[in-house]
Amino acid sequence: MSHYYESDDLKKFGDIGKHAKALADDFFKYYANATGTDGALSKREKALIALAVAHAMKCPYCIDAYTTQCLETGSNPEQMMEAVHVAAVMQAGITLVHSVQMQNHLEKLVP
Amino acid sequence: MTRPAGVAAVLRFARRHAGRDFTGRVRDAGLDLRPVSVETLQLNITRLCNQVCRHCHVDASPARREMMSAEAIDRSLALLAQHASIAKLDITGGAPELHPDFARLVEGARALSRHVMVRHNLTVQLDPHPITGASLAHLPEFFARHRVEVISSLPYYQAYFTDAQRGSGVFEKSLEALRRLNAQGYGAQDSGLQLNLVYNPVGPYLPAAQAGLEADYRRELLAKFGLRFNSLYTITNMPINRFRLHLEKSGQYEAYMEKLVAAFNPTAAEGVMCRTLVSVDHEGRLYDCDFNQMVDLPARGRDGRPLSIFEFDLDELLSRRIAFDDHCYGCTAGAGSSCGGATV
Ligand code: SF4
Ligand code: SF4
Repeated sequence: MSHYYESDDLKKFGDIGKHAKALADDFFKYYANATGTDGALSKREKALIALAVAHAMKCPYCIDAYTTQCLETGSNPEQMMEAVHVAAVMQAGITLVHSVQMQNHLEKLVP
Repeated sequence: MTRPAGVAAVLRFARRHAGRDFTGRVRDAGLDLRPVSVETLQLNITRLCNQVCRHCHVDASPARREMMSAEAIDRSLALLAQHASIAKLDITGGAPELHPDFARLVEGARALSRHVMVRHNLTVQLDPHPITGASLAHLPEFFARHRVEVISSLPYYQAYFTDAQRGSGVFEKSLEALRRLNAQGYGAQDSGLQLNLVYNPVGPYLPAAQAGLEADYRRELLAKFGLRFNSLYTITNMPINRFRLHLEKSGQYEAYMEKLVAAFNPTAAEGVMCRTLVSVDHEGRLYDCDFNQMVDLPARGRDGRPLSIFEFDLDELLSRRIAFDDHCYGCTAGAGSSCGGATV
């Protein structure tokens, strides 16, 4: 039986280099530098951002990975849930702000 | 029960082929992890405990009855008297305060001017003794009088993780116990009374960086509860006993082992505590650490016999080979883990 989104597939992330190794190597280096280091943002802050993005993009692999990463960088469930709310409210806001476009067009059609 | 040699060899072979052989990994990293000293004598004086924590590597509970004999306690004190190089006595359990000779042991070691550490679970101050029903409310004053270093588990600065790991209501009780320790001067900068807290993850993941977490604990415990402590030690959960059972039941054991193995850090390996410590069980047998004690891997002498405090030879002990096994990856993952927290 085969399914989309098998949790074990996360381990195969490295396989994206199978047919384009140089590009995958570039990506993983960039990925590690952007998420795995304390820079102007701490690793903990980066993990919370990644958790929020994982929800916004609805990626179950990333949700699992960054739930663990948030705990391993010292966040607690309240902070993690607030990050998800930021993602949710951004998506809602992005949807709602498009209603300005609707209203602009409406005003054109109904002068 | 100790494993028969043949079975141990087969297990070692199987592990090497699963890519997990700890000794091989250490050798490949160019390390030679021999004992360097016995700076700390760690006594596990009882497996009796007032709590039943989910991650407990001792499988301690109110039903356990193992207690170190009065002779073994006398012998331990005699060893401290004989060996000035053993600077520290680390008393653990179970809840060691439930042992009838606990006070005598602390007083004896202090009389020999040894630094004494007690692994104190906090709630034992407030719960009745599981066997006698006696109150142990005197402990903060007793600790302060003998200038004992108190080391206490507090899995988080919020109830959620603490109660999930140690039982419902434990967080509130722990706060009350910490208040009583603070009232004796514990955790105050200039009192010299050391109160160190221990963080360990509630599940199969690695601890966050010790310094950052310590800063969070300090800020939150002070702001929300007015509590003070000295240092925070982050400890990795060992994949043995109760925690291992939990991992196996929930299908997470293999993934956790893979995580520990992948996070092997040679610098952390150099600082493993078994190089400077020896652990003693309630019958006086010697082990490289409390974890080896719990999985029945005794320290052995030159002729292979298990060592004990009753025939203690420091030179022989220092020339022993440490009995490494799979669970040792718990000490070498990431920033490392020991009874004193991260090792890197
Ligand atoms: S972890 Fe400590 S407090 Fe909890 S059951 Fe084990 S010995 Fe007792
Ligand atoms: S589990 Fe014990 S023997 Fe193994 S590395 Fe850790 S302290 Fe040493």
